[in-house]
Amino acid sequence: MLSMSKVSCECGHINPEGTEICESCGKPLQHENKQVLNMRYEGVARRSQTYNKSIVDKIWNFFSSVKVGVWIIVLTLLASSLGTIFPQELFIPPNVDPAAHYAQEYGVAGKVYYTLGFHNLYGSWWYMGLIAALGTSLIIASIDRVVPLYRALKTQRVTRHTGFMKRQRLYGTSQPENVDETMAEAKELLKSKRYNIREENGNLVAEKNRFSRWGPYVNHLGLIIFLLGAMLRFFPGMYVDENVWVRDGETVVLPGTDGEYYLENEEFVLELYDEEDERFVESMARTSDPVVETFQTNAVLYEREQGDTIGVDGELTRIDEHPIEVNDPLTFDNFSVYQVDYKLNEFSDMSFELTNRETDEAVGQIDIDLFDPEDTYELDDGYAVDIHSYFPDFFFTDDGDPSTRSSVPDNPAFIFEMSGPDLEEPEISFVGIQQNMDVNGDNQYGMNFADLDTNHVTALTVRKDLTLPFLIVGGSIFMIGLIQGSYWAHRRIWLQRGEDGSVHLAGHTNKNWQSLKRDFEALSNQTELQVPADQIEEKEKKEEAEKENETSSRNEKE
Amino acid sequence: MAALSETLLLIAFFSYFASTILFAVSLTGKKWRNKEGDMSGNRWGTFGYTVAIIGFLFAMGYFFTRWAAAGHPPVSNMFEYTAFLGITLTLGFIVIYAIYKSNVLGLFTMPIAMLIIAYASIFPREVEPLIPALQSYWLHIHVITTAIGQGILAVSFVAGLVYLIRVIDTSKEQKNKQTFFLEFIMYCLASVLAFVVVSNAFNLAGFESEFNYVNELGEEAEITYNLPPVFGPHEGEVADENQMDALITMPDWVESEDLNTVFWSLASGLVLYGLLRLIFRKRLSYALKPVLKGVSPDKADEVSYRAIAIGFPIFTLGGLIFAMIWAQIAWTRFWGWDPKEVWALITFLFYAAYLHLRLSRGWHGAPSAWLAVIGFAIIMFNLIFVNLVIAGLHSYA
Repeated sequence: MLSMSKVSCECGHINPEGTEICESCGKPLQHENKQVLNMRYEGVARRSQTYNKSIVDKIWNFFSSVKVGVWIIVLTLLASSLGTIFPQELFIPPNVDPAAHYAQEYGVAGKVYYTLGFHNLYGSWWYMGLIAALGTSLIIASIDRVVPLYRALKTQRVTRHTGFMKRQRLYGTSQPENVDETMAEAKELLKSKRYNIREENGNLVAEKNRFSRWGPYVNHLGLIIFLLGAMLRFFPGMYVDENVWVRDGETVVLPGTDGEYYLENEEFVLELYDEEDERFVESMARTSDPVVETFQTNAVLYEREQGDTIGVDGELTRIDEHPIEVNDPLTFDNFSVYQVDYKLNEFSDMSFELTNRETDEAVGQIDIDLFDPEDTYELDDGYAVDIHSYFPDFFFTDDGDPSTRSSVPDNPAFIFEMSGPDLEEPEISFVGIQQNMDVNGDNQYGMNFADLDTNHVTALTVRKDLTLPFLIVGGSIFMIGLIQGSYWAHRRIWLQRGEDGSVHLAGHTNKNWQSLKRDFEALSNQTELQVPADQIEEKEKKEEAEKENETSSRNEKE
Repeated sequence: MAALSETLLLIAFFSYFASTILFAVSLTGKKWRNKEGDMSGNRWGTFGYTVAIIGFLFAMGYFFTRWAAAGHPPVSNMFEYTAFLGITLTLGFIVIYAIYKSNVLGLFTMPIAMLIIAYASIFPREVEPLIPALQSYWLHIHVITTAIGQGILAVSFVAGLVYLIRVIDTSKEQKNKQTFFLEFIMYCLASVLAFVVVSNAFNLAGFESEFNYVNELGEEAEITYNLPPVFGPHEGEVADENQMDALITMPDWVESEDLNTVFWSLASGLVLYGLLRLIFRKRLSYALKPVLKGVSPDKADEVSYRAIAIGFPIFTLGGLIFAMIWAQIAWTRFWGWDPKEVWALITFLFYAAYLHLRLSRGWHGAPSAWLAVIGFAIIMFNLIFVNLVIAGLHSYA
């Protein structure tokens, strides 16, 4: 900027254009009236208050405004609350059509909710936009204030312009008998109250906790780092979120690890609370359901040998074992494997007997692994059973055809083809749970249910989140800044000698005026100085008294 | 041990009651002292404060004995959390009083803390076992810190209320939004009190009405009412002839028992509020005015702000940061847009807006006090409504 636009003060200090209060002596440079000075940001020149010409200026000014910032906060708040009216899409049962689900569960309101996209509100472009606006506002508003504020607080002189003193909220004059002695006493007292004292020409300024002024900017910086860290999730390789079901005894490749790690579920263990437990006897009597105390997967972690091609089972090296519990994941190489769910007694094996219906004699038994059934089971004496079709989770389609819902054997059913030396043609039989039908007329042989084996299945989540360190750093900085700005207040007390042997007192704090007043009270108790007047409180009291007078005179008239 | 802990809570409750009376005396008894020329008022306020601290110590006794009995900190169901919130409100008061020595704050905080503890007592009080997700010390750190933060934030509501009653002209001639909503707060407080009394009375009398009904899925179900069933369930029939039958039967899509509870709380509140109006013959906020005559509005305003300045970082630490740490360990992700999480974020954003409005836009006095009231309403909404109505991962109670 041109030096022409600088504002020079009578004290000799050159201030940037737009300065309201001289950064050095405090002389009010604008608004020549008798109001209490607006001390916010020390009356410094802020870019946003000074320039408004180019488009950059306009954007800068928009986002640097606290008013705009508060509006963004409030809009984010309102938007966030909308998302809790009905459950978000990720909380509705899987495998249902969201459109139908919202309409069915919540009627017209649900339909509107779904149509407006509120079922996925927190991932919507406009919600992201609000968060982005919040981030922009944090950055611009902070820079707009912190730079000039820092300069002004560094530049401030001890001796202040009378106009500055008189227009402080706390201002008064005292006439001590011995000014030198009083000033010395005051200095000692303020020192003992942990003020930093600076002196110039017999005047002094006592200041404490200036660092708390940086609190807001520190916490904003923390928030910016946090938001940027959260954005990193969208970069490939930063974030993995996979689910895997592992049956007892099974070893599976961990999804999301590029086939590098395998996990074996040695055993899934579930423990219930003892219903006789003295502590909980009363509450457990209220519900008949047992309460789960713990569930865990005794897991073994394997790493695939380097050099093996993906998809080919290479040598697995056992690298760790860990009982995975809720709240106690297995952690390795930036990955964590969490216990999230389980299913007890899932069908694993089924056995059937090939039986001659006339004699009721069993020819032989076949054992079917429900996850990996064979095509043909050979029996003695030339008998065999072929599996023509297998439906792990059987149901009839609307057209009446047999089908399966998934590959999980929740309701297994088979179409068997039985053949033997005494059968010209193979006989076909449909067998499911509590169902046994001959497909083509009467069969000579039947498949009789013999045995069922079950297995526990554990559900694990594989998680990698490389954004966490950024979030931890951002969160920590935010918290430090928040505490810094909240638990200390920046206080200044000016004591200045008047020409007539008087002492001018003025005080300013960015918050908690009652506490600053108490410091002045201590000052007046120990020295000849008198507590300065609170110009704002006096004004308010006067207004209240006027109002009361009006009311009482009105009442008297009535 | 569990019985001992209940006794300790009861003693704490009555200490808070005694403290209320002492604070009331400290405010009304001031005039006699002034005639003697005693500028510093009287010592009743100090007594009230001492008794409040004693009450808090007994409440801590309750907390730790129940912890010992259950094997986990008692903050894991509605009774435990709500009672603890009442206790942390008194903790917040103890901290703020140490700075500002405000007797009027004690007069208002103690009854509200009692009200919250009494409200907690209508939920089942048995010690419950913890499900696996809750068995983590991070959970307890998260919940306890959050409760302390909310307790201190609640002090700002009390101070805001004091400010509003002191400043707003609530005489009969005045009819505006401020007088209406201030009276509405009075009604809400009366309503909580009346509901607690009514629920406990029917509970003590052992009132029960068991219904066989048809639920919204068309299945037969059973439900037990602990309050007289004004609104009965769909096609409900009392199981026992001696029990009270419903006055009105609701269609199947209405949660009839919840509706019944809401009805009782609103109706009993109306009765109590109406009675109080009959006794005082003026608005309740106006009836309280003489007590607040000597209170400095500026000080009440600053106390309200100061409580937020102290409570907000603690709430953020407990309700967001510790919550994220625990969520990362227990639920595999630090944030999952669960309704309770969202409402914690909303609380955070609300107080953040408050601080910006106050510190940068100069919202002091009445606007600031109203915001403190709304903030407390959000906290209570998150505690009661989100837990009981919007089901999510947090609804354990």
